[in-house]
Amino acid sequence: MSLVFAGVCSHAPGITGRAGRADPAVRDEFYAKLDEMRQRLEAAKPDALIVVAAEHFANFFMNNMPAYCMGMAEQYEGPIEDEEWLAIRRTEVPGDKDLSRRLIEAMLGEIDLAYAEEWKFDHGIMVPLHFLTPRYDLPIIPVNVNCQGPPLTPLARAYQFGRVLRKACDAQPERIALVGTGGISHWPATPDSGTINEEWDREFLRRFLANDRDALISYTDADTFRDAGQGGFEIRTFIAVAGATEGATGELLFYAPIPIFAVGCTVATMNVQ
Amino acid sequence: MSLYYVQKLLYQLNRDPAVRRRFEQDRDALLDEYELTDEERRAIEEGDIGLLYVMGVNGQILMHYSALLGQSWDEYIAAMKEGVKKHGPVRAGLYTLLKDRNV
Repeated sequence: MSLVFAGVCSHAPGITGRAGRADPAVRDEFYAKLDEMRQRLEAAKPDALIVVAAEHFANFFMNNMPAYCMGMAEQYEGPIEDEEWLAIRRTEVPGDKDLSRRLIEAMLGEIDLAYAEEWKFDHGIMVPLHFLTPRYDLPIIPVNVNCQGPPLTPLARAYQFGRVLRKACDAQPERIALVGTGGISHWPATPDSGTINEEWDREFLRRFLANDRDALISYTDADTFRDAGQGGFEIRTFIAVAGATEGATGELLFYAPIPIFAVGCTVATMNVQ
Repeated sequence: MSLYYVQKLLYQLNRDPAVRRRFEQDRDALLDEYELTDEERRAIEEGDIGLLYVMGVNGQILMHYSALLGQSWDEYIAAMKEGVKKHGPVRAGLYTLLKDRNV
Protein backbone atom coordinates (compact mmCIF):
# COMPACT_ATOMS: atom_id res chain seq x y z
CA MET A 1 0.00 0.00 0.00
CA SER A 2 2.07 2.95 1.21
CA LEU A 3 3.08 5.13 4.07
CA VAL A 4 -0.15 5.89 5.98
CA PHE A 5 1.16 7.83 8.98
CA ALA A 6 4.25 9.77 9.98
CA GLY A 7 5.16 11.69 13.07
CA VAL A 8 7.87 12.52 15.58
CA CYS A 9 8.09 12.52 19.34
CA SER A 10 10.60 12.76 22.16
CA HIS A 11 12.00 9.67 23.84
CA ALA A 12 14.02 10.86 26.85
CA PRO A 13 14.12 8.29 29.67
CA GLY A 14 12.99 10.88 32.21
CA ILE A 15 9.61 11.05 30.44
CA THR A 16 8.71 7.78 32.16
CA GLY A 17 11.54 7.28 34.66
CA ARG A 18 11.26 10.67 36.39
CA ALA A 19 7.56 11.25 35.68
CA GLY A 20 6.76 12.10 39.28
CA ARG A 21 9.20 15.00 39.37
CA ALA A 22 7.74 17.06 36.50
CA ASP A 23 5.15 19.82 36.80
CA PRO A 24 1.98 17.68 36.67
CA ALA A 25 0.02 20.15 34.54
CA VAL A 26 2.64 20.32 31.77
CA ARG A 27 3.46 16.63 32.00
CA ASP A 28 -0.18 15.56 31.73
CA GLU A 29 -0.76 17.78 28.70
CA PHE A 30 2.32 16.23 27.08
CA TYR A 31 1.04 12.73 27.85
CA ALA A 32 -2.40 13.70 26.48
CA LYS A 33 -0.83 14.83 23.20
CA LEU A 34 1.17 11.62 22.95
CA ASP A 35 -2.14 9.82 23.36
CA GLU A 36 -3.63 11.94 20.60
CA MET A 37 -0.70 10.85 18.44
CA ARG A 38 -1.55 7.23 19.37
CA GLN A 39 -5.14 7.77 18.27
CA ARG A 40 -4.04 9.26 14.96
CA LEU A 41 -1.66 6.35 14.45
CA GLU A 42 -4.39 3.82 15.15
CA ALA A 43 -6.86 5.65 12.90
CA ALA A 44 -4.43 5.14 10.02
CA LYS A 45 -4.83 1.35 10.56
CA PRO A 46 -1.17 0.47 10.04
CA ASP A 47 0.04 -3.11 9.61
CA ALA A 48 3.48 -2.19 10.95
CA LEU A 49 5.30 0.75 12.50
CA ILE A 50 8.82 1.78 11.54
CA VAL A 51 10.55 3.62 14.39
CA VAL A 52 13.54 5.70 13.30
CA ALA A 53 15.49 6.06 16.50
CA ALA A 54 18.83 7.26 17.78
CA GLU A 55 19.82 4.52 20.18
CA HIS A 56 22.34 5.08 22.91
CA PHE A 57 24.93 2.28 22.87
CA ALA A 58 22.44 -0.49 23.59
CA ASN A 59 23.16 -2.57 20.46
CA PHE A 60 25.69 -0.58 18.49
CA PHE A 61 29.12 0.44 19.69
CA MET A 62 32.25 1.92 18.17
CA ASN A 63 33.63 -1.55 17.40
CA ASN A 64 31.32 -1.70 14.40
CA MET A 65 29.04 1.31 14.11
CA PRO A 66 26.58 1.43 11.21
CA ALA A 67 25.42 4.84 10.03
CA TYR A 68 22.02 3.28 9.31
CA CYS A 69 20.65 -0.06 10.45
CA MET A 70 17.23 -1.71 10.17
CA GLY A 71 16.02 -4.55 12.34
CA MET A 72 15.12 -7.80 10.58
CA ALA A 73 13.82 -10.00 13.40
CA GLU A 74 10.57 -11.80 14.15
CA GLN A 75 10.57 -10.20 17.57
CA TYR A 76 12.50 -7.83 19.79
CA GLU A 77 12.62 -7.10 23.49
CA GLY A 78 13.00 -4.08 25.67
CA PRO A 79 13.79 -2.08 27.60
CA ILE A 80 17.44 -3.01 27.91
CA GLU A 81 17.70 -0.63 30.87
CA ASP A 82 16.72 -1.43 34.44
CA GLU A 83 12.92 -1.65 34.51
CA GLU A 84 12.57 0.48 37.61
CA TRP A 85 15.02 3.09 36.35
CA LEU A 86 12.95 3.58 33.19
CA ALA A 87 9.60 2.67 34.81
CA ILE A 88 8.73 0.47 31.83
CA ARG A 89 8.26 -3.28 32.22
CA ARG A 90 10.45 -5.53 30.09
CA THR A 91 8.44 -7.12 27.33
CA GLU A 92 8.62 -8.82 23.97
CA VAL A 93 7.77 -6.64 21.00
CA PRO A 94 6.61 -8.21 17.74
CA GLY A 95 8.54 -7.54 14.55
CA ASP A 96 7.84 -8.42 10.92
CA LYS A 97 10.86 -10.16 9.50
CA ASP A 98 9.42 -10.60 6.03
CA LEU A 99 8.48 -6.93 5.67
CA SER A 100 11.88 -5.90 7.06
CA ARG A 101 13.59 -8.06 4.47
CA ARG A 102 11.59 -6.60 1.60
CA LEU A 103 12.25 -3.05 2.78
CA ILE A 104 15.97 -3.70 3.18
CA GLU A 105 16.20 -5.34 -0.24
CA ALA A 106 14.42 -2.37 -1.81
CA MET A 107 16.61 0.18 -0.03
CA LEU A 108 19.95 -1.48 -0.69
CA GLY A 109 19.68 -0.37 -4.31
CA GLU A 110 20.28 3.18 -3.17
CA ILE A 111 21.58 3.11 0.43
CA ASP A 112 24.23 1.04 2.18
CA LEU A 113 21.94 -0.08 4.97
CA ALA A 114 23.06 -2.50 7.68
CA TYR A 115 20.59 -4.97 9.15
CA ALA A 116 20.33 -6.69 12.52
CA GLU A 117 18.49 -9.88 13.49
CA GLU A 118 19.05 -9.15 17.20
CA TRP A 119 18.01 -5.90 18.80
CA LYS A 120 17.27 -4.98 22.39
CA PHE A 121 15.27 -1.75 22.43
CA ASP A 122 16.49 1.00 24.74
CA HIS A 123 14.50 4.01 25.94
CA GLY A 124 14.84 5.55 22.48
CA ILE A 125 12.23 3.12 21.18
CA MET A 126 10.56 1.90 24.39
CA VAL A 127 9.43 5.33 25.63
CA PRO A 128 7.61 6.11 22.35
CA LEU A 129 6.09 2.59 22.25
CA HIS A 130 4.95 2.92 25.87
CA PHE A 131 2.67 5.75 24.73
CA LEU A 132 1.97 4.90 21.07
CA THR A 133 1.49 1.11 21.13
CA PRO A 134 0.97 0.46 24.84
CA ARG A 135 -0.29 -3.10 24.25
CA TYR A 136 2.78 -3.91 22.13
CA ASP A 137 0.49 -5.48 19.55
CA LEU A 138 1.68 -3.68 16.41
CA PRO A 139 4.69 -5.15 14.58
CA ILE A 140 7.66 -2.80 14.98
CA ILE A 141 10.52 -2.35 12.54
CA PRO A 142 13.37 -0.52 14.26
CA VAL A 143 15.77 1.72 12.39
CA ASN A 144 18.83 3.25 13.98
CA VAL A 145 20.63 6.33 12.76
CA ASN A 146 23.95 6.75 14.53
CA CYS A 147 23.58 10.07 16.35
CA GLN A 148 25.86 9.25 19.28
CA GLY A 149 29.32 8.24 18.14
CA PRO A 150 30.89 10.61 15.55
CA PRO A 151 31.66 10.56 12.68
CA LEU A 152 27.94 10.86 11.97
CA THR A 153 26.00 10.66 8.74
CA PRO A 154 25.58 14.12 7.14
CA LEU A 155 22.13 15.70 7.45
CA ALA A 156 21.63 15.64 3.68
CA ARG A 157 22.12 11.88 3.79
CA ALA A 158 19.59 11.56 6.61
CA TYR A 159 17.03 13.37 4.43
CA GLN A 160 17.91 11.15 1.49
CA PHE A 161 17.60 8.09 3.72
CA GLY A 162 14.03 9.18 4.46
CA ARG A 163 13.27 9.52 0.76
CA VAL A 164 14.59 6.04 0.03
CA LEU A 165 12.71 4.60 3.01
CA ARG A 166 9.51 6.15 1.69
CA LYS A 167 10.02 4.69 -1.75
CA ALA A 168 10.55 1.26 -0.24
CA CYS A 169 7.43 1.60 1.91
CA ASP A 170 5.30 2.66 -1.05
CA ALA A 171 6.37 -0.47 -2.94
CA GLN A 172 4.96 -2.83 -0.25
CA PRO A 173 1.36 -4.06 0.05
CA GLU A 174 1.23 -3.27 3.80
CA ARG A 175 -0.02 -0.08 5.38
CA ILE A 176 3.09 1.34 7.06
CA ALA A 177 3.43 3.97 9.77
CA LEU A 178 6.60 5.88 10.56
CA VAL A 179 7.70 7.57 13.78
CA GLY A 180 10.97 9.40 14.29
CA THR A 181 12.22 9.96 17.81
CA GLY A 182 15.00 12.18 19.02
CA GLY A 183 16.16 15.46 20.62
CA ILE A 184 15.75 18.32 19.87
CA SER A 185 18.29 20.45 21.81
CA HIS A 186 19.48 18.70 24.94
CA TRP A 187 22.53 17.77 26.93
CA PRO A 188 21.39 14.37 28.21
CA ALA A 189 23.15 12.44 30.96
CA THR A 190 25.71 15.22 31.57
CA PRO A 191 26.04 17.88 34.28
CA ASP A 192 24.11 20.18 31.89
CA SER A 193 21.11 17.82 31.84
CA GLY A 194 17.97 19.95 31.97
CA THR A 195 19.39 22.72 29.79
CA ILE A 196 17.09 23.28 26.82
CA ASN A 197 17.51 25.88 24.06
CA GLU A 198 13.86 26.66 23.40
CA GLU A 199 14.59 29.29 20.76
CA TRP A 200 16.75 26.86 18.80
CA ASP A 201 14.13 24.13 19.17
CA ARG A 202 11.32 26.34 17.88
CA GLU A 203 13.36 27.41 14.84
CA PHE A 204 14.23 23.79 14.10
CA LEU A 205 10.58 22.79 14.44
CA ARG A 206 9.57 25.63 12.11
CA ARG A 207 11.91 24.24 9.45
CA PHE A 208 10.75 20.67 10.15
CA LEU A 209 7.01 21.40 10.05
CA ALA A 210 7.46 23.36 6.80
CA ASN A 211 9.54 20.46 5.49
CA ASP A 212 12.11 22.98 4.34
CA ARG A 213 14.85 20.59 3.24
CA ASP A 214 17.53 23.19 2.54
CA ALA A 215 17.03 24.87 5.91
CA LEU A 216 16.88 21.52 7.72
CA ILE A 217 20.16 20.28 6.34
CA SER A 218 22.00 23.60 6.73
CA TYR A 219 23.09 23.02 10.35
CA THR A 220 26.71 22.05 10.85
CA ASP A 221 27.51 19.59 13.63
CA ALA A 222 29.70 22.22 15.27
CA ASP A 223 26.80 24.68 15.38
CA THR A 224 24.44 22.01 16.65
CA PHE A 225 26.87 20.91 19.34
CA ARG A 226 27.33 24.50 20.49
CA ASP A 227 23.67 25.57 20.40
CA ALA A 228 21.78 22.32 20.96
CA GLY A 229 24.20 20.01 22.74
CA GLN A 230 25.35 16.56 21.73
CA GLY A 231 21.70 15.50 22.02
CA GLY A 232 20.98 17.86 19.14
CA PHE A 233 22.70 15.40 16.80
CA GLU A 234 19.48 13.38 17.06
CA ILE A 235 17.76 15.83 14.67
CA ARG A 236 18.80 13.23 12.09
CA THR A 237 15.74 11.17 13.05
CA PHE A 238 13.40 14.11 12.45
CA ILE A 239 15.16 14.93 9.18
CA ALA A 240 14.72 11.33 8.01
CA VAL A 241 10.98 11.64 8.66
CA ALA A 242 10.97 14.92 6.72
CA GLY A 243 12.67 13.13 3.83
CA ALA A 244 10.08 10.35 3.97
CA THR A 245 7.30 12.94 3.77
CA GLU A 246 8.88 15.32 1.30
CA GLY A 247 6.27 17.76 0.00
CA ALA A 248 4.11 17.40 3.10
CA THR A 249 3.98 19.78 6.02
CA GLY A 250 3.45 18.95 9.66
CA GLU A 251 1.27 19.81 12.62
CA LEU A 252 2.75 20.50 16.03
CA LEU A 253 0.64 18.91 18.75
CA PHE A 254 2.93 19.80 21.64
CA TYR A 255 6.18 21.46 22.50
CA ALA A 256 7.34 22.52 25.95
CA PRO A 257 10.67 22.36 27.73
CA ILE A 258 10.41 20.00 30.70
CA PRO A 259 13.83 20.26 32.38
CA ILE A 260 13.52 17.16 34.60
CA PHE A 261 12.83 15.20 31.40
CA ALA A 262 16.02 16.84 30.04
CA VAL A 263 14.44 17.80 26.70
CA GLY A 264 11.97 20.08 24.97
CA CYS A 265 9.14 17.58 24.79
CA THR A 266 7.75 17.37 21.29
CA VAL A 267 4.82 15.68 19.57
CA ALA A 268 4.10 16.31 15.89
CA THR A 269 2.51 14.54 12.95
CA MET A 270 3.10 14.99 9.24
CA ASN A 271 0.23 15.32 6.77
CA VAL A 272 0.96 12.18 4.81
CA GLN A 273 -1.11 11.77 1.65
CA MET B 1 44.43 6.62 26.58
CA SER B 2 42.08 3.67 26.37
CA LEU B 3 38.78 5.50 26.73
CA TYR B 4 37.51 3.14 24.05
CA TYR B 5 37.95 0.10 26.29
CA VAL B 6 36.50 1.77 29.40
CA GLN B 7 33.40 2.54 27.39
CA LYS B 8 33.35 -0.92 25.84
CA LEU B 9 33.44 -2.58 29.26
CA LEU B 10 30.62 -0.37 30.56
CA TYR B 11 28.63 -0.87 27.33
CA GLN B 12 28.85 -4.63 27.74
CA LEU B 13 28.07 -4.38 31.43
CA ASN B 14 24.95 -2.39 30.61
CA ARG B 15 23.61 -4.76 28.01
CA ASP B 16 24.68 -8.26 29.04
CA PRO B 17 23.49 -9.93 32.27
CA ALA B 18 26.32 -12.50 31.95
CA VAL B 19 28.92 -9.71 32.02
CA ARG B 20 27.18 -8.22 35.06
CA ARG B 21 27.41 -11.60 36.81
CA ARG B 22 31.13 -11.79 36.06
CA PHE B 23 31.54 -8.23 37.28
CA GLU B 24 30.06 -9.32 40.60
CA GLN B 25 31.75 -12.69 40.94
CA ASP B 26 34.99 -12.59 38.97
CA ARG B 27 35.79 -8.90 38.56
CA ASP B 28 39.59 -9.10 38.25
CA ALA B 29 39.47 -11.62 35.43
CA LEU B 30 36.82 -9.61 33.61
CA LEU B 31 38.76 -6.34 33.88
CA ASP B 32 41.93 -8.10 32.72
CA GLU B 33 40.25 -8.59 29.35
CA TYR B 34 40.18 -4.84 28.67
CA GLU B 35 43.17 -2.61 27.98
CA LEU B 36 42.70 -0.24 30.90
CA THR B 37 45.18 2.17 32.43
CA ASP B 38 45.67 1.90 36.20
CA GLU B 39 43.64 5.07 36.67
CA GLU B 40 40.80 3.77 34.54
CA ARG B 41 40.75 0.42 36.32
CA ARG B 42 40.72 2.12 39.71
CA ALA B 43 37.91 4.47 38.66
CA ILE B 44 35.79 1.51 37.61
CA GLU B 45 36.61 -0.53 40.72
CA GLU B 46 35.84 2.39 43.01
CA GLY B 47 32.73 3.41 41.09
CA ASP B 48 34.18 6.90 40.65
CA ILE B 49 31.52 8.32 38.35
CA GLY B 50 33.02 11.81 38.47
CA LEU B 51 36.42 10.66 37.28
CA LEU B 52 34.94 8.41 34.59
CA TYR B 53 33.00 11.43 33.29
CA VAL B 54 36.15 13.56 33.26
CA MET B 55 37.96 10.78 31.39
CA GLY B 56 35.34 11.17 28.67
CA VAL B 57 32.93 8.29 29.19
CA ASN B 58 29.71 9.12 27.35
CA GLY B 59 26.85 9.88 29.73
CA GLN B 60 24.57 7.57 27.78
CA ILE B 61 26.82 4.74 28.92
CA LEU B 62 27.85 6.17 32.29
CA MET B 63 24.37 6.86 33.66
CA HIS B 64 23.58 3.15 33.59
CA TYR B 65 26.74 2.26 35.50
CA SER B 66 25.72 4.87 38.06
CA ALA B 67 22.27 3.27 38.33
CA LEU B 68 23.89 -0.16 38.66
CA LEU B 69 25.85 1.20 41.61
CA GLY B 70 22.56 2.21 43.20
CA GLN B 71 22.92 5.97 42.72
CA SER B 72 19.84 8.12 42.25
CA TRP B 73 19.57 10.51 39.30
CA ASP B 74 20.49 13.49 41.48
CA GLU B 75 23.49 11.62 42.89
CA TYR B 76 24.62 10.83 39.35
CA ILE B 77 24.47 14.49 38.26
CA ALA B 78 26.20 15.59 41.48
CA ALA B 79 28.98 13.01 41.03
CA MET B 80 29.82 14.37 37.56
CA LYS B 81 29.89 17.95 38.83
CA GLU B 82 32.08 16.88 41.73
CA GLY B 83 34.40 15.08 39.30
CA VAL B 84 34.90 18.23 37.21
CA LYS B 85 35.58 20.26 40.36
CA LYS B 86 38.15 17.74 41.55
CA HIS B 87 39.83 16.64 38.30
CA GLY B 88 39.24 19.53 35.91
CA PRO B 89 37.36 19.61 32.59
CA VAL B 90 36.53 16.54 30.50
CA ARG B 91 39.72 15.29 28.87
CA ALA B 92 38.57 13.30 25.84
CA GLY B 93 35.62 11.94 23.92
CA LEU B 94 32.42 13.45 22.59
CA TYR B 95 32.19 16.30 25.07
CA THR B 96 35.50 17.73 23.84
CA LEU B 97 34.35 17.63 20.22
CA LEU B 98 34.66 21.35 19.57
CA LYS B 99 38.06 21.57 21.26
CA ASP B 100 39.43 18.54 19.40
CA ARG B 101 38.14 19.73 16.06
CA ASN B 102 39.22 23.30 16.72
CA VAL B 103 35.93 24.73 15.42
